[in-house]
Amino acid sequence: MDKKLGWKELPEGDILEAGTAKNFKTGDWRSSRPVYNPEKCIQCFICWINCPDSSIIVKDGKVVGIDYEHCKGCGICAKECPPKASAITMEAEKK
Amino acid sequence: MANLKELSKKEELFTGGHRLCSGCGAGIVARQVLIACEKPVVIANATGCLEVATTIFPYTAWKVPWFHSAFENAAATIAGIEAAYNALKKKGKITEEINFIAFGGDGGTYDIGLQALSGAMERGHRILYICYNNEAYMNTGIQRSSATPKGANTTTAPSGKRSTGKIQARKDLTAIMVAHNIPYVAQTTLSFHNDLIPKVQKALAVDGPSFMNILQPCRLGWGYPPEDTIRMGRLAADTCIWPIYEVENGLYKLNYKPKEKNPVTEWLKPQNRFKHLFSPGNEEIIKQLQEDVDKNWEKILSNCNT
Amino acid sequence: MKTIKTGNEAMAEAMRQINPDVVAAYPITPATEIVMIFSQFVADGLVDTEYIAVESEHSAMSACIGASAAGARVMTSTSSQGLALMYEMLYIAAGLRLPIVIAEVNRALSSPINIHGDHSDTMGARDSGWIQLFSENSQEAYDNIIQAVKIAETAKLPVMVTTDGFIISHCTEVIEMVSDDEVKKFVGAYKPARFLLDIKNPYTLGAIDLQDYYFEHKRQEAEAMRNAGKIILDVAADFDKKFGRKYEFFEKYKLDDAEIAVVCMGSASGTTKVVVDELRSKGIKAGLLKLRVFRPFPYNEIIKELSSVNALAVLDRSDTFSAYSGPLFTEITSSLYTSLNSKLLTLNYIYGLGGRDISTEQIKSVFDDLAKISQTKKVENLINYIGVRE
Repeated sequence: MDKKLGWKELPEGDILEAGTAKNFKTGDWRSSRPVYNPEKCIQCFICWINCPDSSIIVKDGKVVGIDYEHCKGCGICAKECPPKASAITMEAEKK
Repeated sequence: MANLKELSKKEELFTGGHRLCSGCGAGIVARQVLIACEKPVVIANATGCLEVATTIFPYTAWKVPWFHSAFENAAATIAGIEAAYNALKKKGKITEEINFIAFGGDGGTYDIGLQALSGAMERGHRILYICYNNEAYMNTGIQRSSATPKGANTTTAPSGKRSTGKIQARKDLTAIMVAHNIPYVAQTTLSFHNDLIPKVQKALAVDGPSFMNILQPCRLGWGYPPEDTIRMGRLAADTCIWPIYEVENGLYKLNYKPKEKNPVTEWLKPQNRFKHLFSPGNEEIIKQLQEDVDKNWEKILSNCNT
Repeated sequence: MKTIKTGNEAMAEAMRQINPDVVAAYPITPATEIVMIFSQFVADGLVDTEYIAVESEHSAMSACIGASAAGARVMTSTSSQGLALMYEMLYIAAGLRLPIVIAEVNRALSSPINIHGDHSDTMGARDSGWIQLFSENSQEAYDNIIQAVKIAETAKLPVMVTTDGFIISHCTEVIEMVSDDEVKKFVGAYKPARFLLDIKNPYTLGAIDLQDYYFEHKRQEAEAMRNAGKIILDVAADFDKKFGRKYEFFEKYKLDDAEIAVVCMGSASGTTKVVVDELRSKGIKAGLLKLRVFRPFPYNEIIKELSSVNALAVLDRSDTFSAYSGPLFTEITSSLYTSLNSKLLTLNYIYGLGGRDISTEQIKSVFDDLAKISQTKKVENLINYIGVRE
């Protein structure tokens, strides 16, 4: 993706292969980061279903962590995490 | 609806790395809709935030076939795609069952795209049109639309010394869609995934056109902190300014009734766009808004026979 | 097979024989008949086409674009204000490299409103990235539509085939039709390399290009249009081989040894041929270059053909209101200028706006003007209007 293709190399028309945005890192947009605590997690998936950046990592039907390469630090996951669990907390991003 | 754990096992069809704002509701709508899809889906997207921010060449967040051509024509475009599908299926060139979804913001749906939408609905294509309704033209910098509520401050209907923001009440597009007598029309918000997901599935299962009006809080245009996106939709439902209901073959059904109907100010207060309404002298606008909400809520309750 | 058809009937018949997957259209005078006739073909089961009776021309082209991107062979028909309403989408169809074909009936643009034939509508779309083929009569309209499908799909560019409103669209003529089977064989099956309904190979089409990619995509499109010239000639050669009717970028009518000549497009060519014959019978070396392919503009080939001509008149059935002349004249004279063939004296005539007739007498007067400037070597009035009251 680093090399920008010339007009002779680009596919004809405005065609673009699916899902390439995963190669674009938006993690550096964050001013604060969500920190996931697996011990407290009750696996309700509320963080996962409400994440605008597809940045809650799920493996084999379990929430396991956060994709910091793409997470923009909006804080929805921490805010919506059920109070009885509070498995995600926001911390200031260290620059 | 399968539970979230089961849904989470499906392939993620909307990747991170798109350029929507931090905390953007449009990204949440897009994800929840794709998570709801049970069959392969082809998407047509109107010009707008969702389109611009998710497909900046050479990066696209979509892992399903996705198409954009212009602003006012998502409904006509998806109609053409569905017609192509019918033609190719008839000739045996395609064998899979495919669903068709168009996404448009309130600009592309309520305003510039209304004619194409009405035409496509009247013609009866088997398509789902989703309006991700953030109540103004957010992509171009928060200009008023016909979905903008009365009193909101927008950049083309700003509040000022002689203005209290948008003068007019918003139009009821969901009712206009109901008047098309299509099999399925629904109103919801991204804050209720357990309402939104089954509605998408229901809409995709009908043999004809369907329409969903999804209230999508916009942190930038509404003016609230990014973590509050889900909360803002809940407040809209709890204050009844955005009733959650569906109309299946003409029959209304209320899908969410708040335990206690909260005053509209609870939804207005956390939003910067309504800040001026709380200055002395503007009480009348809030009063009118509340009256409008009450009247509409009663109408919905009556339509739903509750 | 010989048969009597109007221009609209001829185009609709060609569409029936092509049997496109999708037609999305909105009726507009004088092209309405094409969609009416075609709707009846659909209703009678003579085609397998999915016909979408959309609510506007903007939606017609939008639906065509969606269907074409989805992998279907797609056609539509329109005219004048309808083409103008499609304007935004015309550029998008070309930019996305979608091989859509329009049967376009030339009609004047408002205002004032007028329903008759001139070239303003098509000329307004001349820079939209569409290949543009002009037809002199119903036969050419029929032949051009069949060729257009192959040209579009090979060049991956949309094509509009035009006839002159009413003059061709509503005039009956004897035409020679090819059999359904032969048309089917000639156009072949449409097999796009990438299409949206190919769900196993998903892709994004129509992403936003910013400063770093837009220019490359447009450069690519410009090259495709340049390459389309050869494709047009190849398809024409194939058509000639199979059906015995010859097409090129233009038709040369008694042009080879002509000293004075006219360039025009569409139905006026027939009238001009009559005048050329008459002048030839008097020993005057008159000729005609009837342009068929306006886009891509065959500038090299045109100037080659004009090398022996002393004085040339370009007839434009539209005005530009802003350039110094009619659009065809601008194109031809700029081609001549860059070829450094500055010896050729040129005149521009704007004629026939809003469907006004052009007579043999008027065209004869154009040749008289040419004969005069050949003698005097002096052009007094570069831009002229014929048939308008002062």
